[in-house]
Amino acid sequence: MHASRRMAAALAGAACLALLTGCAVGTGGADDSDADYDPDADLSGTMSVMGFSGVDEVATSRMDLAEEALGDVEVTLIEGDLDLQQFLSAVASGEPPEIVYANRDQIGSLAARGAILPLDSCIEGEGIDTGMFVPAALEQVTLADQVYGIPEFNTVQLTMANADLLEAAGLSVEDVNGSDWDAVSQANLALTKGAGGALSVIGYDSKLPEFMPLWAKANGADLISEDGKTAQLDDPAVIEALEWAVSIYDDQGGFSSVKAFRDSADFFGEGNQFATSVLGAMPMEQWYVNVLNDVSPDAPLAFDTVHARGGDTLAYATGSAWAIPAGSANPEAACRWARVMTSTDAWEAAANARIEVREAEGNPFTGILLTGNAAADELIQGMVTSVGEPWDTAAAKMYEANEKTFALPANPADAEFKTALQDAVNSVLNGQATPEEAMGAAQATAQTALDEAWAKLESEN
Amino acid sequence: MADTAVKAGDGSAGAGISPTADESARARSRRRAARRNTGSALLFLSPWIIGFCVFTAWPLIYSAYLSLTDYDVINDPQFVGFENYAQLFQDPKVLLALQNTAFFTFVQVPLYVIVSLALALLLQRAGRSAGFFRTIFFLPKMTPPVAIGILFLLLFNGQNGLINTVLGWFGINGPAWTTDPAWVKPGLIMMSLWTVGASVIILLAALQNVPEELYESARIDGAGFWRQSFSITIPMISPALFFIIVVNTIAGLQTFDEAYTAFFGSGNTTYSNDAALFYVIYLFQQAFEFLNMGYASAMAWLLFGVIMIVTAVQLIVSRRLVYYEGETQR
Repeated sequence: MHASRRMAAALAGAACLALLTGCAVGTGGADDSDADYDPDADLSGTMSVMGFSGVDEVATSRMDLAEEALGDVEVTLIEGDLDLQQFLSAVASGEPPEIVYANRDQIGSLAARGAILPLDSCIEGEGIDTGMFVPAALEQVTLADQVYGIPEFNTVQLTMANADLLEAAGLSVEDVNGSDWDAVSQANLALTKGAGGALSVIGYDSKLPEFMPLWAKANGADLISEDGKTAQLDDPAVIEALEWAVSIYDDQGGFSSVKAFRDSADFFGEGNQFATSVLGAMPMEQWYVNVLNDVSPDAPLAFDTVHARGGDTLAYATGSAWAIPAGSANPEAACRWARVMTSTDAWEAAANARIEVREAEGNPFTGILLTGNAAADELIQGMVTSVGEPWDTAAAKMYEANEKTFALPANPADAEFKTALQDAVNSVLNGQATPEEAMGAAQATAQTALDEAWAKLESEN
Repeated sequence: MADTAVKAGDGSAGAGISPTADESARARSRRRAARRNTGSALLFLSPWIIGFCVFTAWPLIYSAYLSLTDYDVINDPQFVGFENYAQLFQDPKVLLALQNTAFFTFVQVPLYVIVSLALALLLQRAGRSAGFFRTIFFLPKMTPPVAIGILFLLLFNGQNGLINTVLGWFGINGPAWTTDPAWVKPGLIMMSLWTVGASVIILLAALQNVPEELYESARIDGAGFWRQSFSITIPMISPALFFIIVVNTIAGLQTFDEAYTAFFGSGNTTYSNDAALFYVIYLFQQAFEFLNMGYASAMAWLLFGVIMIVTAVQLIVSRRLVYYEGETQR
């Protein structure tokens, strides 16, 4: 009796252990050696696309082309931005989507964990010309010399300013384009208005913490080494850049006041900060030009690129990328989808679709559409018709910025690196640490995360 | 055994059923009935039992296993022993998150109880309009926590928020609740008081069960409002108060939604605020942003331990302070 109970307990324990260890199946390390990438092959089966909504004409026009190229493949969209929890759940259950649409800065971490496939075979088999992509975009999806994503879209920053406020203060947009930090600081003081501790006009918004990489680069520093292995957050040039960007807020009563005032603005509506003349100038991504053009076409705006100290145009590139998860059931279809969606033909179709929509609304095409594909960008630039000032300048400056982009290189600890950087900048903004203390601590945290992640990646390889 | 006894009884009695056989038959019948009852009970309970096993017990066991592994969800877990637990004590953010959570919980819970009790006492005297106000007080409880997080940012905006506007009417220059680290937690605590509705209803029910004779006797003896409150009301509703304290302490230690929405969610992906880094938020970051599921599981078990200890202390203290009717006074 006792023996049989002991046996039952042992069996239950063994079953429990087997279940525990067998529960987490994952797909890490699965490869695509069985896949046969061929641009002329007839494809079939199903393909689920995670992280791509496909709601506007720029998406649907390209999707039409991609679906045509996929033939009999049944495509299902799992809409919304890529939800990492949803993706990981699918991976953990051993049934990942066939293709994911991710932010480019997520690619390094996912690649290092074996969650997505290197695309060398896909690129070669489908004949994807990687030379057509904007170099910074391609760099962001390349880890340890292997491409893990097909980039699309490129986001760059422009200097956006309220021309009336500048004129009233005897300034021009060149005073706030970042080429001379002292000039920006003086302009900030001249433009800022407020009484009794409450701001009524933000002079200049240096957009911390998100644009810290931009200010560091503008001061000649890279936050991370080119090979993605060494953090350089405590570089004196980085600390100097942070001190200056924070001083912009300090001169206006502190970040706390500026952020509270900024948060109260109607950012996407007619009452935006430029239309209501409560913001002098700021660097901002180019897509905001379209928002401003739609909601406040008569706002007194002035545009320029963002300049590095000394005068050169500079932009911090971000964007999206297509990646094929390890364990994808239909990698051939996924690869073709990525190829067609990012092709020059698809972008031309997208631009035509947008022009059609804008004309139907009685609006001109602003040309604010950066694809991440340099050939397509050039083509689209030729399709832009004059919208009038200041929008023509905005489009011209955007294309100028697109030529001068940089990106943070892909690395296997991207999330930890970014969190360390942002926490450090936030702690300085909140007055909890000096720039030296904050960046020193962030350097240690980021380097530890990078060392661990690279060691793990290299041991697995 | 029972069968053997019946057969033996049959043999010795010769004719008819002996008393022993009769008892054995009754015992058998009782056992059969008991088995039937157990079977029926298990059948009726089975949806809950299955739900408990699948959605509570198994994840609990599994997370204990994961806490001993290095697991990133994508690759198979690698056993690392107690390494994750050792790392917990070296991670300064764990300590920061625990401090933030403890401050929030131990300030918020007493305030929550005081406001709930005050509102319940007011409602008790509201007469026929009590039903209307009960509904009004309960409505915020039905607001999704994510919406509360967004509302927090709007109401407590340091420049144009309603709270500071109202404070301004009285000549008070309100703080930057959402951006000044010193005021973030007090702001979140104030916002959490908005959802006291459920506790108000529980306390109101408890107050209505306090026998009126006790107050009459006290009044005859000359007891005023405060004396009646401390000598009659609070002791008589102490089980309800204890329940609210325990439940809200656990909820406070697990606080996540509102603070995450306001400071770490979409739209605030870059501006995080260490003052709002509560323990479960850091756990979530480790699990789903850094993909350290093993470490996050260890964090979950540490929180479980903290909650168990705090609840055990509350239970021990309650033996002296909570009065249950019909129970012998200790």
